[in-house]
Amino acid sequence: MADPEIKSYEPYHESQSAAVTESRPARVALMTIAFAFLGIFLLLPLIIVFNEALAKGVGAYTQSLSDPDARSAIRLTLLVAAISVPLNIVFGISAAWAIAKFEFKGKAFLTTLIDLPFSVSPVISGLVYVLLFGAQGLLGGWLKAHGIAILFAVPGIVLATVFVTFPFVARELIPLMQEQGNGDEEAALSLGANGWQTFWYVTLPNVKWGLLYGVLLCNARAMGEFGAVSVVSGHIRGLTNTMPLHVEILYNEYNAVGAFAVASLLAGLALVTLVLKTLLEMRYGAEIAATRGH
Amino acid sequence: MTKPHFRKLLGALVATSVQFGTLGFAFADTTILNVSYDPTRELYKAYDEAFAAHWKAETGETVTIQQSHGGSGAQARAVIDGLDADVVTLALEGDINAIVSKSKKINPDWRTKFENNSAPYTSTIIFLVRKGNPKGIHDWNDLVKDGTQVITPNPKTSGGARWNYLAAWAYANANDGGDEAKTKEFVGKLYANAPVLDTGARGSTVTFAQKGIGDVLIAWENDAYLALDEFGADNFDIVYPPTSILAEPPVAIVDANVDAKGTRKVAEAYLGWLYSKEGQTIIAKNHYRPAKPDLVAPEDLPKTPEIKLISIDDPLFGGWKKAQPYHFGDGGIFDQIYKPAQ
Repeated sequence: MADPEIKSYEPYHESQSAAVTESRPARVALMTIAFAFLGIFLLLPLIIVFNEALAKGVGAYTQSLSDPDARSAIRLTLLVAAISVPLNIVFGISAAWAIAKFEFKGKAFLTTLIDLPFSVSPVISGLVYVLLFGAQGLLGGWLKAHGIAILFAVPGIVLATVFVTFPFVARELIPLMQEQGNGDEEAALSLGANGWQTFWYVTLPNVKWGLLYGVLLCNARAMGEFGAVSVVSGHIRGLTNTMPLHVEILYNEYNAVGAFAVASLLAGLALVTLVLKTLLEMRYGAEIAATRGH
Repeated sequence: MTKPHFRKLLGALVATSVQFGTLGFAFADTTILNVSYDPTRELYKAYDEAFAAHWKAETGETVTIQQSHGGSGAQARAVIDGLDADVVTLALEGDINAIVSKSKKINPDWRTKFENNSAPYTSTIIFLVRKGNPKGIHDWNDLVKDGTQVITPNPKTSGGARWNYLAAWAYANANDGGDEAKTKEFVGKLYANAPVLDTGARGSTVTFAQKGIGDVLIAWENDAYLALDEFGADNFDIVYPPTSILAEPPVAIVDANVDAKGTRKVAEAYLGWLYSKEGQTIIAKNHYRPAKPDLVAPEDLPKTPEIKLISIDDPLFGGWKKAQPYHFGDGGIFDQIYKPAQ
């Protein structure tokens, strides 16, 4: 994004003279502050997580992870991500496609709506589902009469997760697709491709890296969400506890090793996401930069 | 090209939903859910295991007991909103009455279903202080002194917190000769000394014991002993105030849910067995006061000092049905005296 600006200024500089850059001590100080900040607020907590998890040895660590309740929490978290991420891909692509490629009334409103989950507290998102699907809620009576369990069961957890992760894919794709314009699609259509072919062979390859990036972020949030899921879960051990909820339960039971063992999995997921994200940026920086409009 | 992909996706979706179905049915007739409050985790972990073995020996059936723990008020709210509890084992009668009145899932006569007003164990509220009691805390009036930080949960969401509040109220009332304005002032001062109100009793214990915040934790007797076990007796001291409250955490069958699920028989046996010799012994070993101490071997009984315990049914409070709205309802006394710290 910033590249073209820097280039345009370059002719005015004779060289990297001391007059236009900070002095060496200032640079060192700035870098020290940045690294110290990151070290204290990011690296140290991460190290503590793994340190606490392994405090009683590898045996205790693996034992806490093979505990049936922990395994069920891991399974549930994977299941929730496996359902909500594909839903978000479908929604994100169609919303971005509609917003970037077409003009229609209410477009600005739709864009605002997509951002809504970012601005609403996750606890409120959860409570909305309680009001909607709870036994005292709007649809509660009908659901009960038909024997459908949503709240305090897996569907409620999936719904809450889908809600809070809604914007991730769409937000990555919209600026990218807008930037790319309709040219490629128009060319494909004029060469005789039908709608699906245009989408599958032209649009999708054009946005694939942005899409992957959005999916990564969406997945990380889907697995890590606490607030909204906590409200709709019911906290039944071995049944409706996701990994973040299980971490809290174990911690409240004074089981630090167990809590941090499960937390280390989440931290590991964050690290993997970070590495993949960095790799993507290194390899396809220019394409992804276009999605960084926000 | 597109179609096989979609077929695969559809296949995966169908497969997951089928899995749900089987999961739901496989346990349907042998699982009950106990929705409980915070400090009973260890108690019911031990009791559930013992009961499952007992039920297997008696009937040959395998029963799985699922547990959900949280602040008592929040748990009642979840049951009202549809959490499929077979039994509730909450911190106080008021929370079960809330389920009765707001959802009608529990019959109003639930207190008569089991012995001792459906309270298989009692407990009380005591203090946990830092080792050596550096602030010299011995009675309730030590909690309102300037510079003493008191850790207690939020009475709006936590049952234990309501017992804490009422115990302080009972002390102040006796001390100022029943002048309610003075009692209000005393309890208000106490809450002004609370830097944070957690949603549940366990959250407060963690705040005090693990995070090291505060000078005194107003705690469930059993939670205080558990903190000693977990964090080592060399970090904390237990202090018994001369007067406190008699807390009677009740249990109830959630009638509408057990009838819908067909689990009434096992749910009733589950709660009933709490009054047996085995149940009462597990209760005693987890630092609760058994309702039938004569069933428990003397060496298993908790060794607790004699202190004056005031019941919620004392004329001062007039029972939960009166005390709950008066003290903790919207605009009740707690709302009048509590201002969050600036």
